[in-house]
Amino acid sequence: MLLKVKDLSKTFIVGLLRKKEIHAVRKVSFNIKKGEFISLVGESGSGKTTTSRMILRILKPSSGSVIFEGKDPWALHKIEDLKWYWKQVHGIFQDPFASFNPLYKVDRILYQTFNLLNIESDAEKEHLVKESLKEVGLRPEEVLGRYPHELSGGQRQRIMIARCYLLKPKLIIADEPISMIDASTRAGILKLFSDLRNNYGTSVIFITHDLGLAYYVSDRIMIMHNGSIVEEGTPDEIMEHPKHHYTMRLKEDVPLLYRKWKGF
Amino acid sequence: MSTLLLEAERVKSYYHTREGTVKAVDDVSLDVENGIILGLAGESGCGKSTLMNTLMMKIRPPLYLVDGEIIVDGERISKMERKEIKKKIWGVKISLVPQSALNALMPTKRIIDFIRDVVKFHVDVSDGEIVSMARKRFEELNLPEDSLYLYPHELSGGMKQRAVIAISTLLNPKLLIVDEPTSALDVSTQKRVLKLLLDLKKFKIIDSIVFVTHDIAVLRQIADRLVIMYAGKIVESGTLEDVLSNPKHPYTAGLIHAVITPEPEIRKRGLVSIPGEPPNLINPPSGCRFHPRCLHAMPICKKVVPELVDISNGRKVSCHLVKA
Ligand SMILES: Nc1ncnc2c1ncn2[C@@H]1O[C@H](COP(=O)(O)OP(=O)(O)OP(=O)(O)O)[C@@H](O)[C@H]1O
Ligand SMILES: Nc1ncnc2c1ncn2[C@@H]1O[C@H](COP(=O)(O)OP(=O)(O)OP(=O)(O)O)[C@@H](O)[C@H]1O
Ligand SMILES: [Mg+2]
Ligand SMILES: [Mg+2]
Repeated sequence: MLLKVKDLSKTFIVGLLRKKEIHAVRKVSFNIKKGEFISLVGESGSGKTTTSRMILRILKPSSGSVIFEGKDPWALHKIEDLKWYWKQVHGIFQDPFASFNPLYKVDRILYQTFNLLNIESDAEKEHLVKESLKEVGLRPEEVLGRYPHELSGGQRQRIMIARCYLLKPKLIIADEPISMIDASTRAGILKLFSDLRNNYGTSVIFITHDLGLAYYVSDRIMIMHNGSIVEEGTPDEIMEHPKHHYTMRLKEDVPLLYRKWKGF
Repeated sequence: MSTLLLEAERVKSYYHTREGTVKAVDDVSLDVENGIILGLAGESGCGKSTLMNTLMMKIRPPLYLVDGEIIVDGERISKMERKEIKKKIWGVKISLVPQSALNALMPTKRIIDFIRDVVKFHVDVSDGEIVSMARKRFEELNLPEDSLYLYPHELSGGMKQRAVIAISTLLNPKLLIVDEPTSALDVSTQKRVLKLLLDLKKFKIIDSIVFVTHDIAVLRQIADRLVIMYAGKIVESGTLEDVLSNPKHPYTAGLIHAVITPEPEIRKRGLVSIPGEPPNLINPPSGCRFHPRCLHAMPICKKVVPELVDISNGRKVSCHLVKA
């Protein structure tokens, strides 16, 4: 098993005068095998990002555990060990704009990955950067040397995926990497994740609120609601025989191309 | 014969930038009939938002109206003074909920105070009247009245979007333009916003809607007519059924094929994406702007700009493959 998540929970305390607890994630458990593609689907505020931030070792869990290749990332403290973890478990965030600093050329976001890799030669670095861009369907000469606002949303998103080709992580957590992107660019980007899985055996946790997207790419879908996983199954099980009423609602709310909603 | 709420004729609006002229809307003609929901779709950067701003005459540098005419409910707004447009047209005859509407509300003002300012600009009514007007409208549309007294950051994304739409239609404009109103919302919230738009029409608060999005599956749920835009031009338009079931322009077909929904029809055909990226609008390709990405391109496509021609009953296509 590549990743074991057991009873993972996060409670935020908000408010200064009257303290209030927000149970963002409640006892979430699941396992991921090498090369497995799973989707975590749920509405806004259901706890998807909080879950992914705990796995990425950005946010400390309130309770429960994350075990990656037998190791608890929260027990790692030496810089070498942390570098190892962040090379193996790589996050692609919701808003690709937020990941880019508008003041720096986009090259930086790619060259930053060398902090986690042992490559010294500049020529070798440049070669690898160019190769990674080609892998995601970008022409290096068209994107290198540019600023984030000079690229389309789709191009920025592809650059984030190019980082995966440089790092070759064992697990990618992609938090709605396509929500703001064109429908026509989506298909291409989903395919890039599948390619990574097929070529390198990369496991993927794909986070989205669109059950329709999850249906195409996943081996397994987990439905998240109010911080808990309320149902899981193969895409066909989830789409054809949803058991939880929340899953049924999510399914009904996906706009379809060949069918119109009732009452619309 | 239905009446036209909006007519745009051969409109060109360009951004003048240091790098060159961005031909974001280039020779676009478009009608919006009374009583319909018109869906406008196209890839990011094709000029959808620019076209909507142009139709409203919300034009400020570096954007310029270079050519063309725009008539809204009988008034030639392309020739009108900005002051007159603000007073007589915006919010009254035609309203726009811009793409960034989620940030449009003033962070320091409660929703009701924001509404007061907006309404007072157009009509001379007392504060009390405005409050009762707003309460009545929120009630009618099934929006919680309490939200009127909250600050924007206290509302969820979906609630904020619905509030913005309710405010934009407070003065019963004939035409409402909504630019990507649901792209940043989850599917369940999206459905609620779409329902609100239908209710606005059902209750005759507004007559017609122009709905801009890159998501054709959303348009499938609510639009009557579909207009497809590519690189600053309209490439196809027609009834929703016609365009979806029988796309004539290869770009339209590509867009439809890229739609990913959990349906057996789509599972069967698999995921297909249009090769390449949309062009730069400073130096768009010659001839048909889609030709570098088109699988059916012929020699003529590189040389001659195809006209948007009526092939039958208001079905329009601009492609050399299609004969009138
Ligand atoms: N730093 C924080 N402090 C307080 N509450 C938080 C914090 N981060 C998240 N929350 C709350 O935890 C809950 C889960 O949030 P989370 O961001 O994980 O949801 P999500 O499923 O990723 O939603 P979306 O689809 O909108 O991205 C929400 O109620 C949110 O308001
Ligand atoms: N203020 C501006 N100055 C210069 N160019 C601009 C400006 N705003 C937009 N553009 C350019 O005009 C073209 C059309 O942009 P527009 O925002 O209308 O596209 P869109 O179809 O609405 O895209 P999206 O789906 O991403 O919202 C693009 O090439 C864009 O880069
Ligand atoms: Mg999130
Ligand atoms: Mg836009």
